[in-house]
Amino acid sequence: MTSSGAAGASGAPAAPAPRKSVTGTRTTVAVLFLLPALVLLGALVVYPIGYSLIRSLYDQSGDGFAGVDNYRALFTDDGIRTALKNNVVWVVFAPTVATALGLVFAVLTERIRWGTAFKLVVFMPMAISMLAAGIIFRLVYDQDPDKGVANAVVVGVHDTFAESSAFPKAHPGRDSPLEAAGGGAFVTREPVRAGEPVALPLVGVAPERMPDDARDAAAPRPEPDKVTGTTWQDFTRGKGVGRLGEVDAGEPGYAGMRIEAVKDGRVVATAKASADGTFTLPAAADGALLRLPADNFKEPYNGLDWLGPTLVTPAIIGSYVWMWAGFAMVLIAAGLAAVPRELMEAARVDGANEWQVFRRVTVPMLAPVLAVVVVTLMINVLKVFDLVFIIAPGSSQDDANVLALELYRKGFAADQPGVASAIAVLLLLLVIPVMWFNVRRLRREVRR
Amino acid sequence: MTAQAETVTGAAEQAASGSPGPARRSPASRLAERAGGGAVRVFLVLVGLFWLVPTIGLLLSSLRSPQDMAADGWWTVLTKPSQLTFASYAELLRNGDITGSLVNTVLITVPATLLVVVIGSLAGYAFAWMEFPGRDWWFLAVVGLLVVPVQVALIPIAELFGKVGLFGSVLGVVLFHVGFGLPFAVFLLRNFFAEIPRELLEAARLDGAGELRLFARVVLPLGGPAIASLGIFQFLWVWNDLLVALIFADSGSQPITVALQTQVRQFGNNIDVLAPGAFISMVIPLAVFFAFQRQFVSGVMAGAVK
Repeated sequence: MTSSGAAGASGAPAAPAPRKSVTGTRTTVAVLFLLPALVLLGALVVYPIGYSLIRSLYDQSGDGFAGVDNYRALFTDDGIRTALKNNVVWVVFAPTVATALGLVFAVLTERIRWGTAFKLVVFMPMAISMLAAGIIFRLVYDQDPDKGVANAVVVGVHDTFAESSAFPKAHPGRDSPLEAAGGGAFVTREPVRAGEPVALPLVGVAPERMPDDARDAAAPRPEPDKVTGTTWQDFTRGKGVGRLGEVDAGEPGYAGMRIEAVKDGRVVATAKASADGTFTLPAAADGALLRLPADNFKEPYNGLDWLGPTLVTPAIIGSYVWMWAGFAMVLIAAGLAAVPRELMEAARVDGANEWQVFRRVTVPMLAPVLAVVVVTLMINVLKVFDLVFIIAPGSSQDDANVLALELYRKGFAADQPGVASAIAVLLLLLVIPVMWFNVRRLRREVRR
Repeated sequence: MTAQAETVTGAAEQAASGSPGPARRSPASRLAERAGGGAVRVFLVLVGLFWLVPTIGLLLSSLRSPQDMAADGWWTVLTKPSQLTFASYAELLRNGDITGSLVNTVLITVPATLLVVVIGSLAGYAFAWMEFPGRDWWFLAVVGLLVVPVQVALIPIAELFGKVGLFGSVLGVVLFHVGFGLPFAVFLLRNFFAEIPRELLEAARLDGAGELRLFARVVLPLGGPAIASLGIFQFLWVWNDLLVALIFADSGSQPITVALQTQVRQFGNNIDVLAPGAFISMVIPLAVFFAFQRQFVSGVMAGAVK
């Protein structure tokens, strides 16, 4: 009791002195110090809990006792059921993904000089509002690949692997040597011959949709033992200016058009038109039909409908992970700093590779920290409101619904305070295990 | 730089293990390790860029005209920097709703932060160093309130504020934030104050300091780091809040988050307000964050349960 230092500080096994007042305070003074906090907590936090519990048992007007009707609505109301389902998805995926990323970042940055700078970048989104993050991600997820960076990347990657189709809406004009071959492809009416140039004219591509590298078409030149030809836009603005089926000055070649030579249903040769629309096929194509396959004419790929009904929840979870992975990273990095180096080094000396060290030493040592991070994020995720409210556009907000949003809608837009109170009680019930855990953990400390 | 970093860690390892370094590694495995280290660096740079791109997108979007925004993506700025303009910002600052809401954000955030710090310190000190019946039980009850979701209080407090005439006022929003900031404040400060060496308090007591003097002259100065963490945490929390203000503020007392939220419905058309508005609303939190990283991080760590 005399001078054993502050009680909370020492973890010494010797029975610590109770943290007695040094002033011999009268209870009235203590009450004065505590009063503001206890009054505010009572009025603003405790009273609402009791009020919500009771309010949830009354009908929407608040006059008639409704029993468990409001709680029944939790399982019958479509909006709430979607919200519950989405909350499960949120609680399962958002904390685990954020924690996993945080773990990877914390471990990888540990030995890197500029690790702090990296951590700062990843941690920064925690400082901004969910509203700002929501606006940021509305921009990211914009459907138009010319505006939203997510779809710009998706389309870019897609077009790198699956060649883009540059000529949607292109089709044969009058008296064309081409005819529709089904499935959107076009094929020549007559077999082609080596040494006899082929014309494959089409019409219907808007000038601004032409590939950037398309140049004026060149008339096909015959080559012995090869099938040569030109595919181009057989259209000149102005009535009667261009000649049908002939390459006129100023008519652009279909740069990049793919051409297949087909014999008896088998593709025997392929070619790709150059910038002026000309192409050359080997002698094998002699006597084949030339086909312009359908993938030349598909509508261009426009990316994913991020904020549509199916992807909206994963997309918003993505923005949440962007905000909170830094939180996980910082807590885990602090835990990592406390793990004794010797353990990892011993494992390495014993021949463990980095992955084994990570899997068998680092992760088990960090388990308590990981648990705290996951639980904290789970509580946080249960209450997620702003991101969904801002990012989900009106058309898919029903599909992105979560409990906190549904509570707001029911309580303040739909004027159903009874049902909203039942949602509030449900949210409270979901965090009670954590509340209990906190109190238990602290009771041990306080008692020392 | 790689070599240097390697030396540094190598030295640390030696110091830590007390052995003359890992002798078993073959040159080949060292080479593989170095290549792996390079891959890690590249990976981290890419992730860092990935994390920055959304924010850069907002910044560059806010610096383009609505016409340019409608035409193509913000990344075209990289090749055509001439599009950059402060016109949207200038326009925004002439918009009375937005400037008024920025003032409201300050009017809400500053008192809500100060009140939580003051009231929380008083209670934290009482829980740490005063004796009264049931002290630990009261404290545990406050800790229990740490995880109560704000959603639980929205409807009851809306009704309560309606009755006492606080609904729609700045004061109402402030009080709500104070109420829900207090459990964390009391929790954090009580634990910190409890670590103050008893001798310091006793010495002050022997000098004849009363309870208030002791609190103001000894406890508060010594509690500086915890108070700073709490203040920054609460400041950011309140500044960034949307939900509470959405319900308890009216059009005259709404903060910037609510003012911007009303524009989101017509997202594409209002981008010239939303992008610069969002960026302005981020400037203060980011400045606070960069200026007080350490305090912020320790606040986050202590608040891991909130």
